[in-house]
Amino acid sequence: MEDTTTPAQAHPTAATYLRIAAILVIITVVEVGVFYVPAFRPLMVPILLTLSAVKFVLVVMFYMHLKMDSPFFTFLFGGPFLLAGAVMIALLFLFGVFALGR
Amino acid sequence: MSHAATVHHTSMGLDNRKMAFWAFIGSECLLFGSLISTYLIYQGRSISGPTPAQILNIPVTSVSTFDLLMSSLWMVLALAAVQRGDMKWAKIWLLGVAVGGLIFLGFQYYEFSSFVHEGLTLQANLFGATFFVLTGTHGAHVAVGVLWMLTLWVRALQGKLGPGHAITVEIAGLYWHFVDVVWIAIFTLVYLLHK
Amino acid sequence: MSDSHASTGLKSWLTTTDHKRIGMLYFWSAFGFFLVGGFEALLIRAQLVRPDNTLVGAETFNQLFTMHATTMVFLALMPLSAAFFNYIVPLQIGARDVAFPRLNAFSYWVFLLGGLFINASFLFHAAPDGGWFGYANLTERQFSPGLNIDFWVLGLQILGIASLAAGFNFIVTILNLRAPGLTMMRLPVFTWMTLITSFLIITAFPVITVALVFLLFDRTFGTHFYVTSAGGDPILWQHLFWLFGHPEVYILILPAMGIISEVLPTFSRKPLFGYTVVVYSGVLIGFMGWGVWSHHMFAVGLGPIADSVFATGTMLIAIPTGVKIFNWLGTLWGGQIRYTTSLLFAVGFIAMFTIGGLSGITHASAPSDLQQTDTYYVVAHIHYVLFGGTVLGLFAGMYYWWPKMTGRLLNETLGKLHFWLIFVGMNLAFFPMHLSGLLGMPRRIYTYSPELGVTGFNQVSTVGAFIMGVGMLVFVYNLWWTRRRGVAAGPDPWGGATLEWSIPSPPPPHNFDVIPTVVSRLPRWSQTQLRAIPEGAEGPGPIHVPAGSWWPMVAAAGLPVMAIAPLTHTLWIVFVGAAILVFGIYRWAFEPFEV
Repeated sequence: MEDTTTPAQAHPTAATYLRIAAILVIITVVEVGVFYVPAFRPLMVPILLTLSAVKFVLVVMFYMHLKMDSPFFTFLFGGPFLLAGAVMIALLFLFGVFALGR
Repeated sequence: MSHAATVHHTSMGLDNRKMAFWAFIGSECLLFGSLISTYLIYQGRSISGPTPAQILNIPVTSVSTFDLLMSSLWMVLALAAVQRGDMKWAKIWLLGVAVGGLIFLGFQYYEFSSFVHEGLTLQANLFGATFFVLTGTHGAHVAVGVLWMLTLWVRALQGKLGPGHAITVEIAGLYWHFVDVVWIAIFTLVYLLHK
Repeated sequence: MSDSHASTGLKSWLTTTDHKRIGMLYFWSAFGFFLVGGFEALLIRAQLVRPDNTLVGAETFNQLFTMHATTMVFLALMPLSAAFFNYIVPLQIGARDVAFPRLNAFSYWVFLLGGLFINASFLFHAAPDGGWFGYANLTERQFSPGLNIDFWVLGLQILGIASLAAGFNFIVTILNLRAPGLTMMRLPVFTWMTLITSFLIITAFPVITVALVFLLFDRTFGTHFYVTSAGGDPILWQHLFWLFGHPEVYILILPAMGIISEVLPTFSRKPLFGYTVVVYSGVLIGFMGWGVWSHHMFAVGLGPIADSVFATGTMLIAIPTGVKIFNWLGTLWGGQIRYTTSLLFAVGFIAMFTIGGLSGITHASAPSDLQQTDTYYVVAHIHYVLFGGTVLGLFAGMYYWWPKMTGRLLNETLGKLHFWLIFVGMNLAFFPMHLSGLLGMPRRIYTYSPELGVTGFNQVSTVGAFIMGVGMLVFVYNLWWTRRRGVAAGPDPWGGATLEWSIPSPPPPHNFDVIPTVVSRLPRWSQTQLRAIPEGAEGPGPIHVPAGSWWPMVAAAGLPVMAIAPLTHTLWIVFVGAAILVFGIYRWAFEPFEV
């Protein structure tokens, strides 16, 4: 059961985890806020997608330890993840969800 | 979980189970990606029946989202406790994760039953079908996670979980965080960005 | 320390976690299903031998072609490849077993139970009948009210789990269990292709899982995923199915390509020409295979942009494929050829797969595909690539590795007879289909009118098919004959280059007495490999081989039990099955098991 993280990449401290949790909560509050504030409606899609992407990256990189672990795990997860994203976008195009040229 | 008495050489210096699990998580991206794609494709195509705007309850779901996020925090704290051999806190945090998951499932049960009560069923329209299958699949994953956490908690109570088993807790954590991350996507795409 | 391994007896086989035994289990089960699928094909050909024939009716015919294809793809070709993944890959990488031996056993039992489940449909006169691709909305309850499609959906879900588990297992095995010095670019090509195939499996199968869940829910719970009257789109099924289905055909062909990449060098006494290029081409095919799925949908009306994108991707993927063919030819060129049966099959692969590739190129162009789609021209293409490709490649592997697996050589005279019967038979069977297809003979019809003008072609096809059947009988006889009278093989009957030829035939349970250190791509051909062990190098380490386990099989049994619930519309059975699965998993997780 070798987990060969080098000494230079030590585990984050509990304080780091708590800080990240706080950031996640704040982002969620902002997301819900953006949802309810009418002024933000036009920009809602890019803002919410960006905010949730940030949450996603924080959880994956820190809670799932991907940043500190072997880059191979990033490849093992990232490859299929990007593939899923590409397939999703292709399907949305094919089904006209992006309403091009109409 | 049993572990080898001798440490085995591995070609990449990585734990076999951890590698297998990251591959599994990659595979799950395709599973949830297909479900989410279908939800988005069919958005707005229901011919009748309740619509997302009519039926989704953002405040309540925000609370359950917050609960799931916090459970990820309990999970990393549980892993840290196991790694330093602090089994007292490990038990507390592991139980916390399981309870957090159960609360989330409780919210989901409440949500599903009130939706059905308001006329949104699997059969009512495409929104019902895609919503329940997507969030239901996610909920089933949460349920499996709760079972997993309770199993680890019981093992800890039995004194059979310690720093030597940290890798198994880490892998359980990977599962739990992934389930949380999928919910982040679902909360944004289904609830906040509904048509 | 593990308890004693009874090496014989039923229990030892039922509880085995040894990759070699699991490989043999896969082989015999898959070969059995292959004969079943072949029998279904012969019935199809017997029905089509003349116009307006009445051997079988339309409904039976639908079941025959559906089960022929489903059986061949999922119960024969994939598991035969799995037989070789299991037996050979750990040997080629210098390992004692795969990374997760019990998960390996689980994969096998799930496959066997899934195969039996889907064939059990015959007992109810309800074999799947919607084609192996199960297009919605023909497969909806409204148009397929019987149990046929339910058997199909549930059977495939079960089989998918077996494949996924194996995919994870082989990825970790190949990446993490290599012998010291065995870098990725020293891996045998068969192992490389297994790795790429495993990545394709773990990414493609989740998509068909979702497609099948939607169909199951439509049929069982009344949802409308593919129902147009509720706003659903049957084309969604096609997209989800082919997103899986196209990578699936690469899952089917890459292992066979890997096999012949081993066979050709051995019997040319020359290293594979352009190893690096062959490996990278395989990787490229894996990636690009994800970008072409809608070339199965050119007749659906996706529009010119979509059609062009997918046509372009399809044409481009011919490049790495063609590159491999040139590399195989380059391997043979200038080599010292030994005309063994295995080599004949490998050369046959090159020729037949090329023909299949050429018809494939004609499919890549959307306008010409509109002429060909749903005609026998496509049936010709499919069979040239899958039979001429995968099956011939698998037979090359069988003749090549049978001595390693059993300690006895298959009879070469019978082998060559087998080859020529198959080779002549397949060309008689499938070549005319290019012509009958272009003359307008549709696929999946149980009979045809004499006015169509394809009677002659069908007669030739049927004769060819039966010649193939005779060839298979010769092979079966060879297998039987070899058991008693086969020449003893010794560790290395062919003078192979890779590690599996350095150990006895069949290998002992622990495979290698000493895990080798590898310093070249062709360990057994390389002078530098034969150095003495340097000063201070570690001596042999302790060997231990895990005992067997019942729990993978127990857990596997939960799945078909769960599947019975939708078939019988009784919910509680799901919980019984799930309980068996969970119980098996818990006992498995907490049983002492040292790898």
